[in-house]
Order: sequence, then C-alpha cells, then structure tokens
Amino acid sequence: MIGNFIGVLFDGLAYGSLLFIIAVGLSVTLGLMNFVNLAHGAFAMVGGYVCVMLMTRAGVPFLATLPVAFVAAAVVGLVLERALYQRLYKSSPLDQVLFSIGIVFMSIAIATYWFGASQQPVSLPSYLRGQVHVLGLDLGVYRLFLIVVVALLTLALQYLLDRTRFGSQVRASVDNATAAAGLGINVNRVFALTFALGSGLAGLGGGLGIDVLGLDPTFPLKYMVYFLLVVSVGGSGTIKGPLIAALILGVFDVAGKYYLPQVGGFVIYALMVVLLLVFPAGLYGRRA
Amino acid sequence: MAGVPDASAVATVSAVHVQARARIALPNDRFTLLEIAFWLLPVIAFFAFPNYRVLGSQVLITGLFAVSLDLILGYAGIVSLGHAAFFGIGAYAAGLLAVHGWHEPISGLLVAAIAAAVAGYLASFLVVRGGDLTRLMVTLGLGLMLWEAANKAAFVTGGVDGLSGVTIAPILGLFRFDIGGRTAFVYALVVVFVVFVIVRRIVHSPFGLSVRGIREGGKRMPAIGAPVAKRLRTIFTIGAAVAGIAGALIAQTTQFVGIDTLGFPRSAELLIMLVLGGAGRLYGGLVGAAIFIIAQDYLSGIDPVYWEFWIGFLLVVVVLFAHGGILGGLDALRERWARRAR
Repeated sequence: MIGNFIGVLFDGLAYGSLLFIIAVGLSVTLGLMNFVNLAHGAFAMVGGYVCVMLMTRAGVPFLATLPVAFVAAAVVGLVLERALYQRLYKSSPLDQVLFSIGIVFMSIAIATYWFGASQQPVSLPSYLRGQVHVLGLDLGVYRLFLIVVVALLTLALQYLLDRTRFGSQVRASVDNATAAAGLGINVNRVFALTFALGSGLAGLGGGLGIDVLGLDPTFPLKYMVYFLLVVSVGGSGTIKGPLIAALILGVFDVAGKYYLPQVGGFVIYALMVVLLLVFPAGLYGRRA
Repeated sequence: MAGVPDASAVATVSAVHVQARARIALPNDRFTLLEIAFWLLPVIAFFAFPNYRVLGSQVLITGLFAVSLDLILGYAGIVSLGHAAFFGIGAYAAGLLAVHGWHEPISGLLVAAIAAAVAGYLASFLVVRGGDLTRLMVTLGLGLMLWEAANKAAFVTGGVDGLSGVTIAPILGLFRFDIGGRTAFVYALVVVFVVFVIVRRIVHSPFGLSVRGIREGGKRMPAIGAPVAKRLRTIFTIGAAVAGIAGALIAQTTQFVGIDTLGFPRSAELLIMLVLGGAGRLYGGLVGAAIFIIAQDYLSGIDPVYWEFWIGFLLVVVVLFAHGGILGGLDALRERWARRAR
C-alpha cells in the first residue's frame, strides 16, 4: 500500500517535471510579454517530431536527438516570434488567444499532413528502460532519468536568471519593460531570445516526453490545458512557481487517474478552477 | 477672452454631441432596410435551395449560438473559452427531456434555456472575478469539467456514443419533423429570429449600453453608479440562456446529442466564427457562422486536414490584418465610400 503510494508519487513527480520543462517557457512569455500563447504545445510537438524522425529515419541515438530537438524548436520559435508574435504584444488578450488558436490548428494540420494522424512510436535505448531497485522500491529508470534531467535544467535556468547579465536583463524587462528600455536594455532582443529559449525548452520537453505523454498531431490541443494550468497556477514570470505547480499537478493527475479512475481528468480541472479562484495571481504570483 | 466660450467652439462641441447621439443607437430603434433584407435571405434560401435545408438549419442554429457568445465577448468583453458548456447543457436538457417521455418541443426549449441560464448564473460568479487570463482559464476549466462529467456519466448521457432516441412531437401538434429538414428549417428560423429580436432589444437598451460601457472602461463605470459585477453576471446569464436555446434546437432538429456539443473544439470554432464575422455587432455572429459552416461543408468534403489548416490560417490573417472581421471590413469600406461621396 505504502509502496504503491510512493510509486504513484514518483510517477507523478516525473510527469510533473516534464510538464514543468515544457511550460516554463510559457511562463516567461506570459510574464515577460503578457502574451497568452495557447500554441506553446506546438513547439513541444516540433521537438517531439524532430526526435522521432531523427531516430526512425536517420538512426540517430535517442540522447543525441534531444539537443537537436531543442535547437529546432528554438529556431522555429525565434522565426515565429520575429515574424508574427511580436506584432501582437500590444494587442488584447482576445487577439492573442485567437491568433495562437490559429497557430495550433495550423500546426495540427501540418503535422497530420507530414507525419500522419497516428501515434508516433519511440524506442528508448536499453539503458533507459526497465526498473531499478532503490530502498525496496521499484522505480522506472526513464522516470528517474526525467527527474534528474529536469532538476539539472532547473538549476541551470535558475543560475541563468539569477547570476548572468542576460538573466538580470530578463528580470528587469519583466519588472518594467519601459524603464528597462530606458536603461539601454534592448528589450526586443531580450524578448526574442527568451521566446526562443522557452520554445527550445518546450521542444526538449516534447522529445523527452514522447514516452510519457505520447506524440500525435493533436498534442498541442491535448496538453494545452496542462501547460496553461502550470503557468496560471504557478504565477507567471518566476521559475519556482511553475515548478511547484507542475509537480503538484503531476502528482494529483497521476494519483487521480490511479485511485479514482472513474473520475479521471475531472480532478485536474476542478483543482485548476479552485486554485485559480483562491490564488488569482498564482501561487507565487506577483501582486499586480 | 478667457472664460468666454468661443462661439465656433461651442458649435463644434454641440455638433460632436449630435453626431455622437446619432451614432449611439437609441433604445427604441427600428429594423433598418438592410436588416430586413438580411432576414429575407434565409427565407429566399429556403425556397431556392431545397436540398440544403438541413445545412441551412445548422447555419441558423450555430448563428444563434455565435450571437450568444457575442453578448458575452463582443458586448461585455469577457473572453470565454468554454461557451460550448451552455450549448451542451441546453442540448442535453432538451435531449434528455425527449428521451424520458416529454416530446413537446417548445417547452423543451424553455427548459433548456432555464437549465443553461441557471448554470450560467452559477458560473458567472466564478467568471466575473479576476482578469482576462483568469476568466479564460476558468471558462476553459468549467467547459472541460462538464465534458468530463458528461463523458463519465454515460448512464445518463450516453457518453461518447451520444444520446440517441430523441423523439420530438410535431410542433404545436401540427408540423411533423421531416427527413428533408423543411420543418426543422422553419422552426429554427422562427426561434432564431424571435430570440434575436429579444437579444437585439436587450443590447440596444440602457442595460446594453452600460454593459458596453463596462467593456470600454470597467474601472470608470462604478464612478457613474453602475454595478459592474452585477451587470456582467446578468449578461453572462443571458448569453448562457441563449446558448442553451441554440443547443436545444440542435438536439431537437437532429434528434441526437453528441458529446462534442460540449467540447473545447466547439468553443474554439465558435470564437473563430464570431471573429470572422465581426464581434460586437450581433449580425457578425450570424454572418460568420454562415460562412464558416458553408466553407466547412465544402472544404472538408475535399480534405478535412486542409480545412483545419485553412481555418487556422484565416484566423491568423483576421487577427493580424483584418480587424473587425467581415462586417468590420464592410463598415470600413462603406465609411471610405461615404467620405469620397462627400
């Protein structure tokens, strides 16, 4: 019973860290540019398909595809940001929502056209499969791998934001874009680079997540709520908020599906509405 | 000179006032010729395209659904991603009523409207709090919760298989629903028109004006004594009720309720229709729904994937370049034409 519970907790944490790595970029877009980007999952899908195609068509090993997924999604993000997104920073949330729904639909259609509507298979290398025996518990190796990767990435991100020049430029732009621009920070460039970084992380998460989340053309729509949830519950513009929100969400979702299968996804949606109403600015949100 | 009003300035100001008054629709305004012509279109379509009456009633009903979103989005400025919830509630209310032995259609419509209005009233307390993003997420969450609930409660709703066996008695005991969709079309047209007239009246009333005022400046409205939250709750409830009527119409005319009536794609498509037609002008919803459904019928016949791509593309283009949708574009053209004529 207890072992079972810990297993669920562990799976939930792995799932949550995956959600975090995909959604953290969305948190920045929302906090930095106030852009309601429903199409964030599309960047994760780009990463996922890059991984799958490299593995199945070119025979590249799984771990080597991940950096490529990151770069590909980041480039797509950068191009879209410069070409389209930046025109809408000053628009109303409605316009942004509609625009990004349009991007979601287009990405679904393009993915279906190129890769077909079916689920993409992924074969993990043998050293990432199976279980390890730790302290009397059987833990999935891949899930352990996920948690470790995300923990490292989080530390790196935290370092980037807290300790580097670029990080302080990002924080300054989040706090007050006008004043930051007045101090000579090229806010547009900061926006573009952060957008690319966020898209890249989403692409990386999409690649890492094929085994857990699956990959088919409806991916951006299927997980849209989860990503939005991580950000709106965690509060935008921080790292700690979305991380904690993603972990809570992951654990509750897995636990809900495990212990109350007849209720299913209901738990998550109810949790979301309640949390949003209790913490309108997110768990760690800055008071507006 | 100071303090003495300049005669020409006063004249300008009063001219501006007159102009402004002319532009704000008066509460008791009549249907214009253009509007009458617009409402003749479905009547012409009924006789001119007898083979497309089923599609035609779909257009009308979806148009009404889009009008209900327009009340919330176009007039009150509340961005909702879960409006299909109320459509679905109306559809299931009317469908379940008919399945369990109450076959009379018009009372079915009323029950559906009341069910959706109650749900909308309860939801409105949650929706009115918070800013745009919170509203968006809360409406999305409520819609998804309802979908999940209908999915799990398959013993009531039929789950993903949908609710079949909806039998509807002849309207007023006289007009039986036929396979060609003749009765359905006329029934839909009459109901849609009646509801539209009521909605139009609401929008042009002082209440409608104050809702628009909240959209334009929510922080300033309390200063003139308008109860912002209460107004928004009221318009949200009305919008939900109208959506419920549209849902009930779909259930009664197709004699089936699918779970997709509650789904997120339906809410998203509805937003697309409204924006395509032009939000905040009532007719935008009807025009957008007509174009959307006819294009969907035509293009998805060629290839459903292409259809999804083009609808996404269209949406991006409308947002970036064609603000105000089709009717907004027509207005701009007419204005330019009028200026040139002067």
